[in-house]
Amino acid sequence: MEAFTTHTGIGVPLRRSNVDTDQIIPAEYLKRVTKSGFEDGLFAAWRGDETFVLNDPTYAAGSVLVAGPDFGTGSSREHAVWALMNYGFRVVISSRFADIFRGNSSKAGLLAAQCSQDDVELLWKLLENEPGTSVTVDLESRTVTAGDLTAPFQVDDYARWRLLEGLDDISLTLRHEGDVTAYEKTRPSWKPVTL
Amino acid sequence: MPKNRFVEVLAVGKTLAEKVWDAHVVRRGEGEPDLLYIDLHLLHEVTSPQAFDGLRLAQRPVRRTDLTLATEDHNVPTTPGPISDPISLTQVETLRRNCEEFGIKLYPMGDAEQGIVHVVGPQLGLTQPGMTVVCGDSHTSTHGAFGALAFGIGTSEVEHVLATQTLPLKPFRTMAVTVEGELPAGVTSKDIVLAVIAKIGTGGGQGYVLEYRGSAIRSLSMEARMTVCNMSIEAGARAGMIAPDETTFAYLEGRDHAPRGEDWDAAVAAWRELRTDDDAEFDAEVVLDAASLTPFVTWGTNPGQGAPLGDSVPDPAQMEDSERQAAERALEYMGLVAGTPLRAIPVDTVFVGSCTNGRIEDLRAAADVVKGRRVADGVRMLVVPGSARVRLQAEAEGLDAVFTEAGAEWRLPGCSMCLAMNPDKLAPGERSASTSNRNFEGRQGKGGRTHLVSPLVAAATAVRGTLSSPSDLQPLSAATAGHATQEA
Repeated sequence: MEAFTTHTGIGVPLRRSNVDTDQIIPAEYLKRVTKSGFEDGLFAAWRGDETFVLNDPTYAAGSVLVAGPDFGTGSSREHAVWALMNYGFRVVISSRFADIFRGNSSKAGLLAAQCSQDDVELLWKLLENEPGTSVTVDLESRTVTAGDLTAPFQVDDYARWRLLEGLDDISLTLRHEGDVTAYEKTRPSWKPVTL
Repeated sequence: MPKNRFVEVLAVGKTLAEKVWDAHVVRRGEGEPDLLYIDLHLLHEVTSPQAFDGLRLAQRPVRRTDLTLATEDHNVPTTPGPISDPISLTQVETLRRNCEEFGIKLYPMGDAEQGIVHVVGPQLGLTQPGMTVVCGDSHTSTHGAFGALAFGIGTSEVEHVLATQTLPLKPFRTMAVTVEGELPAGVTSKDIVLAVIAKIGTGGGQGYVLEYRGSAIRSLSMEARMTVCNMSIEAGARAGMIAPDETTFAYLEGRDHAPRGEDWDAAVAAWRELRTDDDAEFDAEVVLDAASLTPFVTWGTNPGQGAPLGDSVPDPAQMEDSERQAAERALEYMGLVAGTPLRAIPVDTVFVGSCTNGRIEDLRAAADVVKGRRVADGVRMLVVPGSARVRLQAEAEGLDAVFTEAGAEWRLPGCSMCLAMNPDKLAPGERSASTSNRNFEGRQGKGGRTHLVSPLVAAATAVRGTLSSPSDLQPLSAATAGHATQEA
């Protein structure tokens, strides 16, 4: 996984709450067997509406999405994270993320930065009043900066460490393979097997 | 579980979720997530291909093929014949190749054990109390009905479990959802969970494992309990659980993968310990009175936007600021006007099926309502069993004939119109009453409008053509009740 320390890019205001993963990428786009090429499906239904924010050329190079609360609810599809990243997003800011989405983001290298809803509102106003404004997201100091606004964000300590180091979970876990083997010896023999 | 563990050891009892969690901790390190062992890993074709690719790239094997099971469900057509969409076919064939290469048991289309992954696990007896169960699918929460800790994961985590049979996880908080009293006639477990979600909202369960408790929950069958736990994710919860009891043991005994003989006795003895201690503390609690519940339906575009069937479409102007905009947008998408009685909303399609309500009891409940009646003119009713076994059982009971004689379509098992990855879709603007779990925009087809309902409401709606409960139907006369082919 690519390490993440700080990122600066154009902020995109998405004034919606409950952006579920079916909106981020509808099921019909989930049929690829790779991790790339999902940008076509990102917000596919909404992009049919010419007033949708991503259809504004000002935001064509947008890489920091600022969304309403309960972002990423619903389906566990990691394709939602891939679609955002394939499109060019490195950060999503919201006042509340669904658990599975947040977990998927940290595994795939997308930063899910949790700001207060008040700060999200201020960011929205700033980005709408001055479209194309850059937003800097610093994972070291856990702050978002845009124009005159500096806002703190929350991110899980362990997820932050892994993102900063660019570490992948599987190799970390495999360092403890002995513990896994020892645990397996303690499992009751009546636990079911599939084969 | 974020409680101070030192205090916990001294005095405080544990909740069911904490007991299952603690029994699966492989490793606990300062400042790290717990490393949790996974007893059962279920796979399907949509969320697994990139995980297998990752294993191949790193040249890693699957650690425990004997704790892993795959089935084809999301893409499969529900009419006879091969998959016509070449991209869907590629995804299914990729799963077949991966399972063969890595030595994983797969139940493919046409197999007697094929079906929706969350219907297959329990019916085989693979889902048992006290287990940890994961799948790259948010509705894995279904398996919590057995007192298992079961939750959906993303594809990176699927790869992690394939490679290590573990997951690094931060402990979840616990929430008691207590439902006391007796459910009125015609009110089902689907209505309970829709009411819970409307009460706490789509983010209300975030970070929590919900434990459903109380006399109304204990009185539910295993299948009804699965419906409740299935939709825990729609409240934002990681998982839903119900403590195992005699109902659970009776369901499991004799199933293919259930323990036998002395093993059964040992297992049941262990399972009886799986209950929240009397002195345990939940991080939060929600209480519902079962007697006050009525059939519940959704009017909006998330599962928290629901109301009793007897209500009208709510007026966004009466809502708090935080909800108004979302409600206005939802009504616009749904093509609904505030103040319209929910019972007056006409539907084009009725879908009975999914991992929420595609089990045999659900089909029996729906069949009971349509028996001797006709699906309303202009309404399409699809009945999709959750698995091949459910389909065969239903056919053995004659339910297929009840449905087809009423004018409904009797289909092959799969996820079908729950998420429209196969050819079963709503057309733009088309409206459904659906026993599935999500009413998101476009979930059942681009531009489609979904009302989530119980199987009883779905069947009554099919007959009347507008959102209805069985109590809205004309009673069958003695003469017509015995002749399913006659119109009521």
